Parts: sequence; C-alpha cells; structure tokens
Amino acid sequence: MAAHLRLGVFKFASCDGCQLQLLDAQGKLLEIARHLDIAHFPEARSAVGEGPYDIGLVEGSITTPADAERIQEIRRQCRYLVTIGACATSGGIQALRNWGQIDSFVSAVYATPAFISTLATSTPIADHVPVDFELRGCPIDVRQLVELITSFVLGRKPRVPSTSVCVECKARGTVCVAVAQGIPCLGPVTQAGCGAICPAHGRECFGCFGPSEPANLVSLTGQYERQGTPPEQLIRLTRSFNAQSPAFRAESDRLEGASHE
Amino acid sequence: MVVSPSPISERNIGDWLRLPPAGLQLLIETLAENHRVVGPQVADGAVVYRDLRGIAELPVGWLDEQDGGRYRLHQDPTAGFFDHVVGPHSLKNFLFPARETVASFVRTDGEWVQQTHAPEDRPLAVIGVRACDMAALRIQDKVFLGSGHVDPGYQARRQRLFTVAVNCRRAAATCFCHSMACGPAVEPGFDLALTERDGWFACQIGSPAGHALIQRLATADAGIVSCTVEEVDAAKQVSIDLEASMHARQPEAGAPRPRSLDTHGIRDLLYAQMEHPRWEEVATRCLSCTNCTLVCPTCFCSSVTEVADLSGDHVERERHWASCFTLDHARMHGGSVRSSTASRYRQWVTHKLAGWIDQFDSSGCTGCGRCITWCPVGIDLTEEVAALRHSDPP
Repeated sequence: MAAHLRLGVFKFASCDGCQLQLLDAQGKLLEIARHLDIAHFPEARSAVGEGPYDIGLVEGSITTPADAERIQEIRRQCRYLVTIGACATSGGIQALRNWGQIDSFVSAVYATPAFISTLATSTPIADHVPVDFELRGCPIDVRQLVELITSFVLGRKPRVPSTSVCVECKARGTVCVAVAQGIPCLGPVTQAGCGAICPAHGRECFGCFGPSEPANLVSLTGQYERQGTPPEQLIRLTRSFNAQSPAFRAESDRLEGASHE
Repeated sequence: MVVSPSPISERNIGDWLRLPPAGLQLLIETLAENHRVVGPQVADGAVVYRDLRGIAELPVGWLDEQDGGRYRLHQDPTAGFFDHVVGPHSLKNFLFPARETVASFVRTDGEWVQQTHAPEDRPLAVIGVRACDMAALRIQDKVFLGSGHVDPGYQARRQRLFTVAVNCRRAAATCFCHSMACGPAVEPGFDLALTERDGWFACQIGSPAGHALIQRLATADAGIVSCTVEEVDAAKQVSIDLEASMHARQPEAGAPRPRSLDTHGIRDLLYAQMEHPRWEEVATRCLSCTNCTLVCPTCFCSSVTEVADLSGDHVERERHWASCFTLDHARMHGGSVRSSTASRYRQWVTHKLAGWIDQFDSSGCTGCGRCITWCPVGIDLTEEVAALRHSDPP
C-alpha cells in the first residue's frame, strides 16, 4: 500500500467547532486515521508533525497581522489547502467588525488596548492565499467532511453540491416554513449541506452554509418585505455567519442603503 | 318506492357503496394488516402524507388557502375529512423517493461482487389521492414503465400500490386541473374512490383489489350497504358541479386569483417563444431553488452517484432527485449548457408543457398548482404562459 497521506489541521480566528466536527466523526475518525496520517492537529493531540502536508484543513479567518503571515507559510507547506467552515470561507461572524470601527471595539473590550495587535477586518483565507476547496457551514457537516477526505484518499473530485437548502428540505419531506408559516428563511439562497436541520425544527435557515449558486437575494428579500418583514430583520438575517460573502454582503448593504433613503 | 339495499357480495367493479366513517376506519385497519397505510394529516402547518392509523388522524375541519408562495391552514367547522386539497407531498414522494440505493457492490480480493438487494418494504396504500395526483400517476407510469426502460424499483412499488382516491368537493385558487383535463373527477385507475357526503362516503369500486377489500369489509359489521341510484347520481354531481364552478371562477378583490391555463396550441406556442423577453423577466424573480420541480408530481429527473467508503471496497449506487434548475443538471464537458436562470426556467416550462407532449404524448402538467404555491416568491406557471401567449414574439 502507498505511504499514508499526511493531514494537517490549522486554526485561525474561530470557535474550534469545525475541528470538533472532525473529532465528532466518531466511528469514522478511526477509519480516517487508518487511511491518513493525522500529522498536525493541535486540537486533538500534543505531538506536532512538521510539514509538508498532503492536505491542510484550515479553520478560521484572518484577523491579525501575525495570522496574515502564518497562512502564507501554511500554504507553502500544504499540497492541497481546504478551508473548513464559514470563518475560513467567508470571514465568519467576526466579519461583522468590517461594518464597524476596530478601534472602538478594542477600547470597549480590552483594559489595555495598546497590547492588542489586530487588523481592521476579518477576511476569508482565500483573500490571502489560493484555496483548493471550500467546505461551507457553521459548523461544517460531518458527512461532507468525510466525503472530502474519502474523495481525497480515493483520488476523485469531492461531491459537495452548490444547490439550495430547499433541495434537502424537499428530500426529507419538510414543509416549507416560508410558504406555510410566513417565516423569512434563507434556504432558497443558501447552499445545501447541513441536511436542512433548522427548517425541520420549524425554524428559518440562517444561511450558515453561505450563498448557493445562483443566489437571487433581491427577489427573495423583496418577497419577504412584501409579506411584512421589516428591512432591519432582513439585514440581520443576511448579515450573520457569512456576512462577508459577496452575495450576502451586497444584499445587506443594498437593504441598508435602501432603508436609509 | 323503497328498494332495500342489495348485499355487497353482489357488487362489482364500478359499483357504489355507502361507507360510514366507521367503515372507513375499518378499511384503514384492514389495509394496514398487509400494507403501509399513509394518508393526509396536519403537520407543520400543512396537510402532508404521513403514516395513518385511523380516521381520527385525518384533517377533519381543516381548509387550506393557497396562493403564489403562500399556504395557510385554518379551521372551519363545516369542513369534512377531505375538504383540504393537495399539500406539498404527492405519490412521487413514495413511488419515486428522494433518495434510493439502486445497487451495491463489494470488492473482495480485487473482484467486484454485486450484493443482492433487501426485499421491498410492505406494499403501500395511500388514502386521499386526488384526481390530479391520479393523473400524475398515469404520467409517471409512462415515464418509468412505458418508455422501454423500465425502472424496477418504481415498478415493484407501483404494482403493489393500493389507492383510495378522493373526489374533491372544493378547489384552491391555485388548482387548475379543469384546464389540464385531469380533474376534478377522479378517472378510472383507482382501487377505491370516495366522494364525501354529509356524514358518510360514497365509495366506488375501481379494481379487483378494491373489490376484494370491500368483500372483506362486508363480512364485518361495518355498516356498508349499496348506494341507491339517487345517491350515486348525487355523488357524481359533486365533481360535475365543482368542474363547472372552476370554469366559472372570476377574480375577486382581496382573494387569491383563481388559476386556469389556456392549453390551446400550447406546444407550438412555447416552441415559437424561445427568445421571448419574458424568460429574462421571470429570471429576475426566479430563485433557481428547485422547489417547483421537487413538489411537481410528475418531474422525474434524478442523478446517480457511486458512494464509496474510505477503503473504496464498499460502493453504493445511489439515485437522488435532481432538478433542471441546478447548474449541475446541465453541466457537461466544458461547463453548464444552461448557465442562466432564464434558460433553466425556459427549459422547465417548455419541457413540462410542450416537449413532454412529443416525448410522452401528454402534457407533463396536471394542474395541481403545487409549483405555484410552493415557489417561495410565488412564480405562477399559468401567468407566465399567459404572458407568452398574449404578447408577440420579438
């Protein structure tokens, strides 16, 4: 059998939830470990294997000058670099800072702001280095992670559809919360992958997998506005875990501009 | 003259019986002995198909209001067991499930061996199938059984399907079965068909299986007797009156607009409008979210993927629903051949209402209205076709 492929897992500004999904693969984790050498995974083990790595999973966004440097070195060490989760892929919930003033946040939060070295923005990994593949979600979906690793081990393209969450609602027979209950739901413009968890529990999709392809947000928010949803609520809906992703950002800015007119 | 009811044992296919609610209960229980019985139930704000144990679970007293992108249930003391119309689910959800393993393989010592499939589930019995969905069943039969490429999974489920159809007593604003010649009266093809009356059901026998079930019920004390000639006529009149009222419907202020579709020359009309600006206009509203195709009872597209485990030694061939609204659906070497939403919407409508006629000798639309109701932004197929019809091509 060929030598084991080496895996590295790296963390930037994030909550660690996506890395936990790898640990949460449970029965699959041992199987993964049989096919991959998990060389670098500080969340899970203290032993640190030096690079290079065949595949690097990167969690988190770039929010400090030091991290902007560190990702360059990680990119050099990884044959394939895959971002995992909303932070790494679109900047995460912390990208809300991009609409504010970083100095006012720092002085409000920290006793000694002078010790804080931070960037004014939270940006996705792809803004800094080339990314080979993105796994969406807040957090990522275990099945998609296992699919990614399986495709890597078997040497084929990962099957991660860019279709809307509606596909998953309809497949599991969930009644549309937007149509039947009038709940503003981002499902029609959000990429599938989670298994449509929130609508199955009577809640709207929060868009944590980011925009689907295509994502006609103007049409969808227009419908919700006509049905009585205030623009402020729609701005909050589009400005959350993937606020910085281009389609969601453009729509929240458009709604904000329109409500100020 | 009073005629005493004939014993049921003399009844034949095509005959009508008086079925009290207790008889329907017994019918469900008897079917459940060797079927998975599903029927309409209220869940999550809609009438959906779920496993049904008895008449107490049926949506008695519920009515649905449907419009483009809108579905609401409300209680009405005058509503019977089946006065709701179609919800988001159809027979498709069961006969052509969203995901199905069609084959599985194991590699041992470098040799691939196909695994034998587990036997099918219990046969399915569906209570409350409407005329439009019986029409959809006939269309899906052509697709999956009639083209020379028989789908074995569909065939196995279809052959053992038992249908208790229901003749609608009302129509939602989104219903246009009358335009598509698919209702509101249920056409033959059912096992049993119910027409709800005041506190009882007129039940017509439609097949040998339906007849056999009624014979079994007759041996129990379920209060089932033959309908009188007057009762049969009155039951038939329900569909005749509803159809007439659907043709006569007029828009009213403050109420959802009643739908209809002018199908005259529709195949040639759509083929002549390929470059019409309306396709670009509807694309500004269309989300490409796929809902219309997934709730459509006749849309049959699927995709097949080989799902392997990490070792690569165990592979399942999985079929799942696909939709012409996704970019991947028309992706081939070099990219997607329908990269714009306008081209995808045009593909769906022209296939459903025109290409289908060439391919399967019937429209792909039954007028159930689900694509209108369950479109999150309320895009209305009937309105789009009317816009294409009443404006000149560029």
